[in-house]
Amino acid sequence: MKNEWPLWEIFIRGQHGMSHRHVGSLHAPDAEMAIKNARDVYTRRNEGVSIWVVEANNITASSPSDKGPLYEPSESKVYRHPTFFDIPDEVGAM
Amino acid sequence: MTRDETLQQFLLRMGDNTLILGHRVSEWCGHAPVLEEDIALANTALDLIGQTQMWLGLAAEIQDEGRSADDLAFLRDAWDFRNVLMVEVPNGDFGRTMMRQFLFDAWHSIMLGRLMTSSDERVAAIAAKASKEVTYHLERSGDTVVGLGDGTEESHARMQEALDYLWPYVGEMFVSDDVDAEMVAAGISPDPAGLREEYDELVSRILSEATLTIPESRFAHKGGRDGRMHTEHLGHLLTQMQWLQRAYPGASW
Amino acid sequence: MYAQMVKTAGTGVKSQDEMSDQERAFQEKIDADIKIEPKDWMPDDYRATLIRQIGQHAHSEIVGQLPEGNWITRAPTLERKAILLAKVQDEAGHGLYLYCAAETLGVSRDEITEMLLDGRMKYSSIFNYPTLNWADIGAVGWLVDGAAIMNQVPLQRTSYGPYSRAMIRICKEESFHQRQGYDAIRKMAEGTPEQRKMAQDALNRFWYPSLMMFGPSDKESVHSAQSMAWKIKINTNDELRQKFVDQTVPQAEYLGLTVPDPNLKWNEERGHYDFSEPDWSEFFAVIKGNGPCNVDRLAARNKAWDDGKWVRDGLLAHARKKRANKLAAE
Repeated sequence: MKNEWPLWEIFIRGQHGMSHRHVGSLHAPDAEMAIKNARDVYTRRNEGVSIWVVEANNITASSPSDKGPLYEPSESKVYRHPTFFDIPDEVGAM
Repeated sequence: MTRDETLQQFLLRMGDNTLILGHRVSEWCGHAPVLEEDIALANTALDLIGQTQMWLGLAAEIQDEGRSADDLAFLRDAWDFRNVLMVEVPNGDFGRTMMRQFLFDAWHSIMLGRLMTSSDERVAAIAAKASKEVTYHLERSGDTVVGLGDGTEESHARMQEALDYLWPYVGEMFVSDDVDAEMVAAGISPDPAGLREEYDELVSRILSEATLTIPESRFAHKGGRDGRMHTEHLGHLLTQMQWLQRAYPGASW
Repeated sequence: MYAQMVKTAGTGVKSQDEMSDQERAFQEKIDADIKIEPKDWMPDDYRATLIRQIGQHAHSEIVGQLPEGNWITRAPTLERKAILLAKVQDEAGHGLYLYCAAETLGVSRDEITEMLLDGRMKYSSIFNYPTLNWADIGAVGWLVDGAAIMNQVPLQRTSYGPYSRAMIRICKEESFHQRQGYDAIRKMAEGTPEQRKMAQDALNRFWYPSLMMFGPSDKESVHSAQSMAWKIKINTNDELRQKFVDQTVPQAEYLGLTVPDPNLKWNEERGHYDFSEPDWSEFFAVIKGNGPCNVDRLAARNKAWDDGKWVRDGLLAHARKKRANKLAAE
């Protein structure tokens, strides 16, 4: 019988106030051990203040072929970016 | 013994425990059952080596003969070592290693908790740092003991065997002698015998979760913490650990 | 470098005309330095070659724990013991990161581990040499990690995203390895006559095996050309070897140690050192299994794996029970 420990994706908050960021993966029998293993594997050099673990199977990823429909439409919405608008210098920082 | 000599004995007991156990745990590096465990065991060993530097460093400082923590670690013979016997017995399989780690961590965490309020500030400071590390060691070794005890039939049997083998080495951690009495009187360290109740409560809770049975016999090996009679294993361990320092005296590394 | 003589799958670099539309689009992405990610389409040969290369690299990290681990219990001071242990622990971490990168290509860690254990996959020839005195620990850090870094730094830019990210993390951690090695051997080169002897002995034994780490010359190889077009190999073996020699010789001179090569000399015209090639027949023998430590290294890995089975199974069985109990309670 195949008895491989499941794969977990590890997310670590590097500093207070920052988002959790994907740092890598590891194997563990369950979520609790995955957190402990993440502590031992991915925070050896003071890298973290908080850990999330997600079993890799439970991640749903977008498909590469959807790249066009998913992301390109936002390219034309340039008005969402502050630099789209000219503000006269006299008005000051905005 | 003068007061400083007694204090030194106490510090050697703490530092030799971490030195010898750190050495044993480090033997696993590159040989553990899975990479994640290999890395975790190395972290535990590194913590223990760091604690050794602090305990033996303070012991050397108090001795005031210009010796260092390294001199104490690498240039004493077996009869001068003050570690409990449990930490010097060979690792055995991974189950025995983790069971020993758990049985030691449980004592260590209770002991360090008390030492954080030691009347000697230097002792309290070392305990405060070590205590955080050991809290994690205990969580990890406890989880592993539960996981393997309540795992497969084979893992359960191996863990019970490990517990049966190691249990007679538990009692030594709670034997009080004159050194302890003097340390208690000075408010430096707690009475070892007084830690037993809390220890039994903690250990039996985890071991029952692990579906393991604590042996009934209260027979306890002793002779490590007072240096009267170590096991045959310590000499071999020192032969390896001290070899370079002994073969090339005076060299610096 | 930890991935030697990785056989590139396929028949060599295809011309634009020979490529399918998918292959052309793939190559254009690589040429534009756009990373390939796990779910992207990729040629089967690219995938197969990467699995071999990343796998071999990962195996090298894991087997590489053994020669250095050999000295952890004999390290001469508490500090040296801690440094060495932390370093060998890093190798385990690097193996772990790389196995995870390989897993994104569709091969599980257990599968790829078993390929190492039964000899289907290789690891770097260097780890089949023994560590015989304490200066070897310095020499391994200085020379072996030094040679590995030559290859790993450029690989941070490799085309496969997960591999590139693993290499970035590895290089960040690796920077202490070479320095601790040089520091350890320097202490000995500047120490007692016996310590100097150990340091020279270590250099004598590790010099040529370190040069072999880069693999035989591959400037004529069609396979290397394909791997370079895919950006999973960045430099030729000879380029890296030359760079390593140029960097290392002055470091040896600083230590007052003699590189064991009578032909070694600075070539003003080329702006590089001339040096002797290692004995490639020895290299091929070691790769085939006939090195000083091949049998012991594989036996040690097999023992750890076999002895660990009940532990892996036990912890997993417990996790399953826990989950079943939780579900039943809900």
